[in-house]
Parts: sequence; structure tokens; C-alpha cells
Amino acid sequence: MPSTDDWLNNPLGVVEGMFAASQNTPNSGWAAKAVAFFKDRLKEKDAHTWVPSLNDVPLHYLKPNSLVKFRCFIQDMFDPEFYMGTYEAVDPSTKAKVLRCGKYKDVTECGVDFNSRSTMTAERHTFYCVPIPGESPWVKEGYAGSSQARVVPSTSYAPTRQKRSYEEDDDDMDTDTQPQKQREPHTGPHSPTEPHGNGDCKRREKEAPSSQAASASHLDLNFPLPGEKGPSCLLKVYEEWDGFKLNEAVEVFGILSVSPALSALADEDASSSLLDPAGGMETAEEQRVHSPPASLVPRLHMLHAKPLPHNNPLLPAAGLEDNNSAFLSSTLREMAAVRAELLAYFTHVLLGDALAAEYLILHLVSNVYTRRDVLPLGKFTLNLSGCPAVASFTERFYQIIQQLVPSSYYLGMTLQNMNQMRLVPKKDYVANRLLSGALQLATNTSLFLDESQLEQGQLDTTGVRNVTALGNLISWQKVDYDFSYHQMEFPCNINVLIASEGRSLLPSDCQIHLQSQVAPPDLEAYLGGIQVHPQASQLNKFRMYLSVARQLDYSIADEVTKSVEDDFVDMRKDDPQSISAEDLHRMLVVARLLSLSLGQTSLSRDSWLRAKHVEMLRRSRMEQNKIWLRALLYLCHSKVDALGEPRLGEAGHLDHGALDLGKGGNHSAAVAVGGRRAEAALHL
Amino acid sequence: GPTSPPFQRRRGQDSSTGDLMPMPTSPPTDVLSPRLVPTVPPNEVDMSSPLMYGTPSSRVEGTPRSGVRGTPARQRPDLGSVSKAPQVDLQSEPPSADGAVASEANAGQRLVIWGTDVNVGTCKEKFQADFILCVVGDPVLNVNCLHVQSFDAELYRQLICYPQEVIPTFDMAVNELFFERFPDSILEYQIQVRPYNALKTRNMRNLNPEDIDQLITISGMVIRTSQLIPEMQEAFFQCQVCAFSTRVEVDRGRIAEPAVCRHCNTTHSLALVHNRSLFSDKQMIKIQESPDDMPAGQTPHTTVVYAHNDLVDKVQPGDRINITGVYRAVPMRANPRQSNVKSVYKTHIDVIHFRKTDEKRLHGLDDAEQKLFTEERVQTLKELAAKPDVYERLASALAPSIYEHEDIKKGILLQLFGGTRKDFSQTGRGNFRADVNILLCGDPGTSKSQLLQYVFNLVPRGQYTSGKGSSAVGLTAYVMKDPETRQLVLQTGALVLSDNGICCIDEFDKMSDSTRSVLHEVMEQQTLSIAKAGIICQLNARTSVLAAANPIESQWNPKKTTIENIQLPHTLLSRFDLIFLMLDPQDEAYDRRLAHHLVSLYYQSEEQLEEEFLDMAMLRDYIAYARTYINPKLSEEASQALIEAYVDMRKIGSGRGMVSAYPRQLESLIRLAEAHSKVRFSEKVETIDVEEAKRLHREALKQSATDPRTGFVDISILTTGMSATARKRREEVAQALKKVIQAKGKTPAMKYHTLLEDLRRQSETAITKEMFDEALRALSDEDYLTVTGKTVRLLA
Repeated sequence: MPSTDDWLNNPLGVVEGMFAASQNTPNSGWAAKAVAFFKDRLKEKDAHTWVPSLNDVPLHYLKPNSLVKFRCFIQDMFDPEFYMGTYEAVDPSTKAKVLRCGKYKDVTECGVDFNSRSTMTAERHTFYCVPIPGESPWVKEGYAGSSQARVVPSTSYAPTRQKRSYEEDDDDMDTDTQPQKQREPHTGPHSPTEPHGNGDCKRREKEAPSSQAASASHLDLNFPLPGEKGPSCLLKVYEEWDGFKLNEAVEVFGILSVSPALSALADEDASSSLLDPAGGMETAEEQRVHSPPASLVPRLHMLHAKPLPHNNPLLPAAGLEDNNSAFLSSTLREMAAVRAELLAYFTHVLLGDALAAEYLILHLVSNVYTRRDVLPLGKFTLNLSGCPAVASFTERFYQIIQQLVPSSYYLGMTLQNMNQMRLVPKKDYVANRLLSGALQLATNTSLFLDESQLEQGQLDTTGVRNVTALGNLISWQKVDYDFSYHQMEFPCNINVLIASEGRSLLPSDCQIHLQSQVAPPDLEAYLGGIQVHPQASQLNKFRMYLSVARQLDYSIADEVTKSVEDDFVDMRKDDPQSISAEDLHRMLVVARLLSLSLGQTSLSRDSWLRAKHVEMLRRSRMEQNKIWLRALLYLCHSKVDALGEPRLGEAGHLDHGALDLGKGGNHSAAVAVGGRRAEAALHL
Repeated sequence: GPTSPPFQRRRGQDSSTGDLMPMPTSPPTDVLSPRLVPTVPPNEVDMSSPLMYGTPSSRVEGTPRSGVRGTPARQRPDLGSVSKAPQVDLQSEPPSADGAVASEANAGQRLVIWGTDVNVGTCKEKFQADFILCVVGDPVLNVNCLHVQSFDAELYRQLICYPQEVIPTFDMAVNELFFERFPDSILEYQIQVRPYNALKTRNMRNLNPEDIDQLITISGMVIRTSQLIPEMQEAFFQCQVCAFSTRVEVDRGRIAEPAVCRHCNTTHSLALVHNRSLFSDKQMIKIQESPDDMPAGQTPHTTVVYAHNDLVDKVQPGDRINITGVYRAVPMRANPRQSNVKSVYKTHIDVIHFRKTDEKRLHGLDDAEQKLFTEERVQTLKELAAKPDVYERLASALAPSIYEHEDIKKGILLQLFGGTRKDFSQTGRGNFRADVNILLCGDPGTSKSQLLQYVFNLVPRGQYTSGKGSSAVGLTAYVMKDPETRQLVLQTGALVLSDNGICCIDEFDKMSDSTRSVLHEVMEQQTLSIAKAGIICQLNARTSVLAAANPIESQWNPKKTTIENIQLPHTLLSRFDLIFLMLDPQDEAYDRRLAHHLVSLYYQSEEQLEEEFLDMAMLRDYIAYARTYINPKLSEEASQALIEAYVDMRKIGSGRGMVSAYPRQLESLIRLAEAHSKVRFSEKVETIDVEEAKRLHREALKQSATDPRTGFVDISILTTGMSATARKRREEVAQALKKVIQAKGKTPAMKYHTLLEDLRRQSETAITKEMFDEALRALSDEDYLTVTGKTVRLLA
């Protein structure tokens, strides 16, 4: 059996050895055995940490054809590819014909005999993968820190560079072979000044050589979110490709291929297609997208992949199901305590509003756990209205959320953003790829919509479409990708949090109006004093808590079901208007999230009552806003009545606009609108 | 000879018919020429004529001949080099040699060809019927592979596996037969056989290496077409020194340029003469998997297709097509300079036959989409249909997450099935609407939108649009100028796209009037007329409309009629077969059941629910099957029952002096009854169907057309927008007002307010301002008075 170094550094050797051994025994199923071999190796304790990761090691530090891993997001799926699974070639040394295996490789070796009888055609699929969009810096750092891979082996480093050098000129070769530390002053002026760790060196490395930067600029790497960076790769999948879905987050173990021959071949194809129009079935754009230079977009031949149930480096990788009962039970025990700490922290952040903090926790642990026909269950979109108009508040608030959740995205709903951004992915038929949009996000990403940025103005067609897309995302947890001739629906699972001043124009599952305990004059000072960075140990506790709570199973016992039903019937008996089916829906979700946030996996009577209580508090807060408005309405109506004019209905109807404004807490506007309408009603 | 690509061999080995053949490795001539010899004139003059390209018929004129000899064979680039150019072969090899070569070298292959040939011979009888047709149109014979299979399974298998060899054989057989029967006819070129509907009709996703070089049929949507590419078939070289000319056949995209002139032995003296080379048309088309047959969560695949000769420019981007063709894989060209090559093949399909699946949707008659069901599936569907409670079962399977509203679900179920399509165009009535339109009104938050979403997800041709966001253009169609070709293109909107499907319109009440007005035509005539940018046309929009409307006030006002609540024009309302109210019933038993239902949504596991309800796929298949195969007709008893029902409905109203039913209601009843019998998979509409239609119709009326003032069901609320009592009352107020005015004597002008006060004083019942306005309007209609601003003037 090959040693550790062999399967890490020369996985192709392992594959080829198995292939050669199988030649005498037909139907040996060597391919399955090879995959199983790597799977077994990786199962060993900590084995996966020895594998260097594309996420945190710069590409040119990695040895070509070695085993690497990549924590990625499937952004696009290309058409299937037929390749030579087995072919016959002439060995240059012996001049003898040998059978070779084409699996896990991009190019064939030696002179291929195309007419050989033993050529076998096989199928593989190509996925375009990018790093998980919106991944928080702490996640990147966490994973990079836990890696035990030995990269930059001094012996293999220089040759690696040579092999990769197709794109680069000689000057770069010289600087690049020097250790990274010495290079830094040299590249300093070019590099962005971002504070965090390992991921950055890679960027600097990438941007430093001028020739490469130039070639990168004409290549759009198609990241879902603007401003994202990191490696993307073409993932070649050899089996069970049907199991993968678009927008899935996976960790892939595979053989890295950066052969410069690929780029050379691509260039040649491009040039020859100009001369030969009949052969040019691919446009230049398509060519560029589907075979980008391997030095920018490496190929990764997949040996093993596992879906990521979460993307939190602090949690055991396997998720909570198997063999982690010890971990689970210890976390569950602590959950109530951590929750109290978190609640205190959020209360502090949300200007002393404990109720809003409570709802924020519920929102952060929510998760679409199933769908009943078209209805997604478990989603909990929160509209936090009444955010102070101080500009820094929402941004500060987002920073706090970002350092608690594994991935998040801040979308300032400015008119410009709404009118110009591509939120919904769109198929580009010329380049034959799916142009990504900001709503192409991985499961459980926190999307922070800052509606306080929205000012008055005109939404154009794109803007209306974008707002509709956001509405659909919130109501049905799906995004309709634009395929020009039709739309295709992709279900998603995104936690949407809307921060707004008045009630949001977008739908939401639950709206809570922030009641600041801080007097407006002190607001600036208070905001400045908010602890954006709590202690690291506390932060980690919070991070772990939120991820675990989101993954817990949940059930409702029959007795509790009964009492919930009774409660509902009783409430309706007292006042049918007080609670609708929709309210019950919401209360059930709140009860579920409340239980989970306390680490309870089934609904107890207490939790139900608590959920009811919390909901009542929230509703009464909304009522308070309304009561004041009611008074105003009453005034209008009585004026109308006094005249004996039977236009009450109309006045009432008109005043709904005012009522909506009032609900959002925008009292002065409500007075203005209400007053104007009342006058309008009076004046026939 | 040229060698075939390696994968061909592998396929040969894999195939079960090892005894039949290794694949042909020698030039196609060997196989075909024994039979082709008589069909091709060895006419050197003709061939080199510069006129040959593009005008094949000119060749015939030059050499008047009869029968086969007069009709040139046309190249078939779609079948690749094998079938290409028998003419060329004649030049390179003397015909006499052919037999010998063939018999020596390729005994194995000939087995296939001879084998199929025999079968083709026996096929002739079958071909004859179709044959007459092709005299008229293009010399093309489309052959349904299904027929071939039912005729001879072995022949079919060969056709699928070796199309490159078998189709030319078919061509020969057909031509022989044709010229035997019509020896004097001259065609533009020889008849070409175009097989279609290869039974292994597949999804693009299922194509795999095994299908290479086989005949396949896949469905998809055209996304891009290239410009026309003239592809050289044969290069013409002329020596610059001695003017000696020679021809070189293009071999897989390459021309072997002759280095030495054979005539004068000068090297590198030959130049390519484009005008005299032979070209064929070629077009690259990209098709994409149709969204209907894609697994969830994946992106659609695309495939490159090459169309040749007259198939070029037959399809446009956006067309949905079925294509039959030969699947090809070409290895990346080996480059002598490079020892390493990319180990990937490029794949494409050489198309033989296009069939547009949506062509008829826009223009022609009804053609339900062919959906293939397996035997077992049909069996399960029929078993389900035989159950006595199938109707209830299906209704409850519809949107199980939405609680109760049984009748609404039943109505939507019937809408999904639709009535029987009838054509009365002979009698001048045109198409008779078979689709059921439904309107749901009710309080906000009563899961109307959810129901619409469900239906939209259920049906293959569903469209979902919101009245708030859509314009008339988005609903109907608009004309767009293609930026590349400057061609005007008609882009269809939601209503046309959902032809034969359901168009779900949410927030119907928020729709602008102009948008709503286009619905008038769609909802009764089921067509859409467009006159825009020089395009005048009428598109079919045989769509069922499922709309949802909220009351104008945020809450449904039970004291008002439906029309008053939703403020929609009655002309539009009367086009809905069923109008349902979704209201909160507010009673304890209902609340309890509702609570139970909702709570169970949140705790039952997936499996538990699966057991209770039919799954969506089953429901979808059931509906598709019924819509495709079941066309119920009215039975005698059913007709009687319908007549009675209609007469009864008329009678109800006549007692109170109002019309309570119109022919439109009768038509609705018929549609509903037909749909109900479709649910039972019954070809006959029976009395029970009529009973259910009646019941449902009555339920819907009871909800939507009850006059809140009298409590009676009054159809005129929906047909005229006003209940009969309301009209009567209006009349009374108007008369009272007239009396008041007359009592005032000769005052030509009066103040609005004083008049209202006067009327109020005199009247026993309370007079609202609306009533007063209505009365004024009624009187001004009579030309009794006119209202200008705040003054009321009497007209002499």
C-alpha cells in the first residue's frame, strides 16, 4: 500500500497503479476501488487536515497533481463532457504501445492512437465552483488555522513554478521563487490593506505579477457577490453527478490540475477556430468561460466530496447526527446560559430593546426545515423597523451579525443598487454560462437588507424586478433564475433581515418596531460605545450556539398539540379578529424557534406560553402605534360625520395609507397624510 | 481508406450483435455503390458546371432523361461522409470494379446492409401510402420510427444503431419505388428519407457515450442559431500553368491540397477556385433542455446541433422542438506539434428531422402535448380513476397545506381538467371555450396566493403574474426588434405562454383598466389580437384564468355585493365560470379543525403526510393523461339533465321578475360536467357529472351572487353589476326625487345640497349620498335634468 505522502502528493500514481493492476482482470471495478481507497484514507483521524486547501493556500504553493481540498459553492453546471477514459499510447522510451487511463486528467500523454480499439469513451461533468459567497472572515481564519497541511515544501516549490509559468514573464519568476516574507515590501503598494490572515497573502500573490493581473481583469470569475475574491475552479466530477445541486456548499477532495498545456491548447483552439468557421462552434466568450487559463482557474478532479451541513469551523465537521452525542449534550446543557448572554449583548446593541433582541435571536436560528407543497416552513424573516436614522447604526449592526454567522451579505437598498444590481442570476447564452447575481447564495446565508438607505425616487424596470425578486425570496424562499426564454425556480434557504425606518415595503414574517431606551441626543455617543467586538471566547460561544440551535431536530408532542389547538379556539372565541390563521402560523414558528434557542428539542407547554407572551408583547407594541393613529382617524371620521356626509367608507379607505405609515412609526407623515385625506373627504 | 473514430469500434464490440458486424472501416463506396450505380449519371460535364452549386435542377434541364436518371441525388451532409456524394465515388473508381471490391473485402458489413436491404424491400408496400404525398411537396419522406418498429423490430434496431448506413438504404428503396411507379417524373433532387420519433426519445440529460453515432430523438428549446455557414463539400483546384482541373473531396473538415499537378507535373501550381467548388449550407444551432423535464436544482444542459441544406433556418431561438439526428463525438484534433492533447471529445448532433412542438400552439388546431406514460403508470392511473371517491381524493390532494375550502379545491380541480374542446367554426361560432375560469375573492391572508402558487407549480404550462406588476403588454405580446438581424420578433406574454395551461393572476383587482380589457377577448374568444409595428395577427390563448382579488376595503364587507366589494366590471366577472369567496367562517368547530391542520403541518414528518395524500407527480400525471386522452361527450340523459337544470335556474328568478340565468351559465355547466367526467376517466358525460356541476355552480353562486339586501341568489349581480332589488330601489329613489322637483314648481336651477336635504325630508327611508347621486344620474339619463357642479338644472 502506498504511504501517506504518496496518496497526498501523488494521488495519480495511486490511481494509475490500481489501473495497471486491474488490466489482467476484466471487470475488476478498479475505479470504485480507487475512490474507496481515498475515502478510507480521509476517514482516518485528522487525515483531512493534512490535505492543503485551495481556500487558504495560494495556488502556486500547491503542487500540481497533488491532492487538495476546496470548500466551495457550485455556481454553475456546464454541459457533460466525453473524454478518453482509456486510450492507447506509444511509450516514448520503449516505443511499445501501452494502455493508459485518462481519468482524473485533462490531457493525454505521448502519442495517442486515436484509432485504437481499446479506446473507451467515458463521461464526466464539469461544475464551476467559487468559494462560499459572503463567507465571514472568521470562518476563513478558523479553517485556515486548523489546517495541518505542509505546504511550500522547498524542494518541489521551484519546479512547480516553472510548470505554471506559461502566463508569466521571467521577472516574475525571479521574485516568486523568493520566500514570501521578503517579497512583501516589494508588492506592498499594490496590495489592499486588509487586516486578516492567511487568505490575504494569496491575494497579494495573485495581484502582484502585473501580467497576471492584466489577464485576470478580462476574465470575469462570476462571483455571486460583488467584491468577492478567492480562487474559483472547474470541478470535474466522475460519478454520481446527479446528486449535486446548484448552489450547494460542498467540501471537495480532488487532484489539482494546473497543466499549462491546457491554456496552450485553449489558445490554439481559439486561433484555429478563426480560420475554420465550421469548427468554431464555440464563441470566443464561450471559450474564455469554459476553458480559462489553468493558472487562474485550476481544474480539480474530484475523488471525494461531502456536502457541508454547516460552514462553521468551530463545530465538528460531520454535523450533529453521528458520534457526536457527547458534544451535543454538553452544548445543549450550556445553551440556556449562552442564550442569556447573547440576549444581553443584543439588547445592548439594539439600544436596550430586549424584545427586539429576543426576536433577533429567533431570526438568527431560523431555518427552512421542510416544504409543504409550495409553502416553506420554518422561515422567519424579520423586519426591524424604527432603526435610528443615524447612518452608522445599520452598518454597525450588520458588522455585529457578520461576526456571528458563517456567511452573510449586506445589501444597501439604495435606489442605485436596486436599479443597477443584478440580484437574480441570468443565463448568458453567448458565453453559455449562468451569470451570477447577489441572490445566488448558499443555504443559511444571512441577507441583511438595509432599507433605511432607500430614498424617494423612481424605480426602473430592473428595480421593480429586483424588488419583486426580493419579495419572492422572502415569501416563498425561492429565486426565479432568468433563462431568457423561461424562468427557472431555485428553492433557497436564506435568512432575510430587513432594517428600516418605517414598515418595510417588502413582505416579512414578523415586524418589530425598535423602541430605543436611549434618548436621541445621546444616540451618537451610545452608538460609538457599542462593543462591536466582544471577547473572542464569548464570540466563539455565540457562533457555536447559533449554528447548533439551527441544526437541532424538533418535534411537538400530542398533548401539547392539543393544548395549542385549545388555545387557538379559545382566543378565537373571545375575539375572532384577534388571531387569524396567519397569526397561528407565526406563533407556531416562534414557539419552534424559541424552544430551539433554549436547546429544547420538543415543544413544552411553557415554551408555548412564552411564545404566546412574546407575540402578545410584540403585537401590543404595534397596537400602541396604531392607537394613536386611531385617535386621528376618529377625529377625521367625526368631522365627516358631523356634516352628515355618508362618505365614511371612502374616508376610511383612504386612511389606510395613513394607517400604514402610522404602523411604521412615521407619525408625522401619518398626520400629514391623514389630515390631507380627511380634508379631501370633506371637500367632496 | 479513412478510418473511423475509435468509439465506433467500441460500440461495435459492445453491441449484442457481434455476429453481424465489426463496423465499416473502408470507404462507403464499397457498401453503397452496387445499388447506386444505376442511379447516378456519370456525367462529367454536368458535375463541373459552375451552375451546380445552388441550382441543382439546372443539371436536369441540360440532360433530359427520365426516371431515376434525370433526378440528381442530393448530398446528405447530415449523415456524414458515408452517404456523401456517390458522384464523387464514381470519378475515383470505375463502377465495374465496385462489385469485386465489395465482395472481397467487406463481407461482414454487407451482411448488415444486405440484411436491412432485404427488409427495405419488404417495407416498400408500407411506404406506398405515404408516397403519394411526397410527389406534391419537397422530395422528402418523413418516416415515423414507431411505424418502422411495429413493422419490423429488427429493422428498427438497425435503423437506430446504424443510421449512417440504413438511412441511405431507405433512400434508395424509396427512390426505386418512386421511379418505378412514376417513371416520367422529375424531382428537384432524389427523395430523402427523414426518420423521426426514434422511440428512445430521450431527455438531453440521458445522452451518454453509448449513444454516439446512433439515431436519437431529443426535445429541447432553441437558444441560439448561427449565421449560415457554407461548408465546402468538394474543392475545385485548377493548375495555374496548364489549366488542368482536379477535385478534392473534403474529409472531415480538411482538404488535402494536391502539391503536384498530375498533368504538367509542376509543383504547387494548383489554386483553389471557389466558384466551382461545391458547398452545402450548414447552420449551428444550440438547443437547451426544456425546463419541463429537468430535475430540480440543476441547470439545463445545452447541445450543439448542425442543420444542413434545407433544414437550415427552419427554427428560431425560443422554439421548442423535437429533433431527430445522429449523435456525434469528434476528438479534439491531434496536432503534430503537440504530443499532449486534451482528452475531451466535442459532441454535436447532425440533425435529420425537426419537429416544432409549439408551432401548433400559436397557429394551428388543438394538439395536446404528447406525454408518454409507461404501461404501469397508465395502469395505476386507471386504478385510481376506478375508485368511487376519486374526485374527493384528487380534490384533497390539491394543495394539502391549505386548509379545507373543499369546494374551491374541487372547482380548481375541474379547471385543471377542463371541458371538451369543440369546434363550431363551420357554423360561424368559432371555437367554443372549453377552459374554466375561476375567480377567488376574499379577505387578505386567506391563502389565495398560496393556492395560486400551488396551481402554478402543478401544471406544466402555468404562468404566474401579479396584477400589480403586469402591464397589458406583459400579459399579451409585444414586438421586439432583434438587435442583430433587425428583424421584428413577436415576444409572447403570460397569456399566450399559458396557452393550454393556466394563467394565475394574483391581485386581479389591482390591475389597470387597460390591462384588464385585454382579458375580455382572452376569456371568451380565447384569442389575442395584436396590431403593432406592422404585425397584425391573432394568437391563440386558450388559457384558463385563475385569478385572485382582494376586496377594495381591506376587509370583505358582507353587507355589500361581490361587485361592490371588489370593484371589477361586471362584463369581466360574467366571464368567470365560478366565483368563490374565501372568507373566515368564524365558528368554533372550524377553528378547531384549522388549528389541528396547521399544527400538524409543523410536526408531522414528511412520510406521514405522503401517506395521506397523493403526491404532486401523481396528480400531475393524472391530469395530463385525462387532458390528453379523455374527450367526454354528452350523453342523452346528461343533456336532459342540463336542460332541466337551466330551466330551473331560469324559473327561480322569473317568480320575482328577474332573469336568474343566461346562456353563459349553461355553457359553464356543460364545461364543468365535462371536466367532472374527465376526472372519472369517462368518455361519456352522465347525470352524476351534471349533478356535481350543478352543485358546484350553485355553491359558487350562493357565495358570490347573494344579494346582501334580500338574501336571495341573484345572478344579475354578476351579469349586470347590480342586483334586481338594487335596481328597483334606484328606480324608486329617482321617482321620489322627480316628485320633489316637480313639487318645487318652475325652478329651472336648484342647489345640489338643498335638493338632497329636501329629498331626505320627504323620504321614509334613509337616503345616502350615493343613492341620491344615482337617482340624479338616472334622471339625467332620461334627459330630465343635468348636473353641473353644484347646481342641478331642469331641462325643458
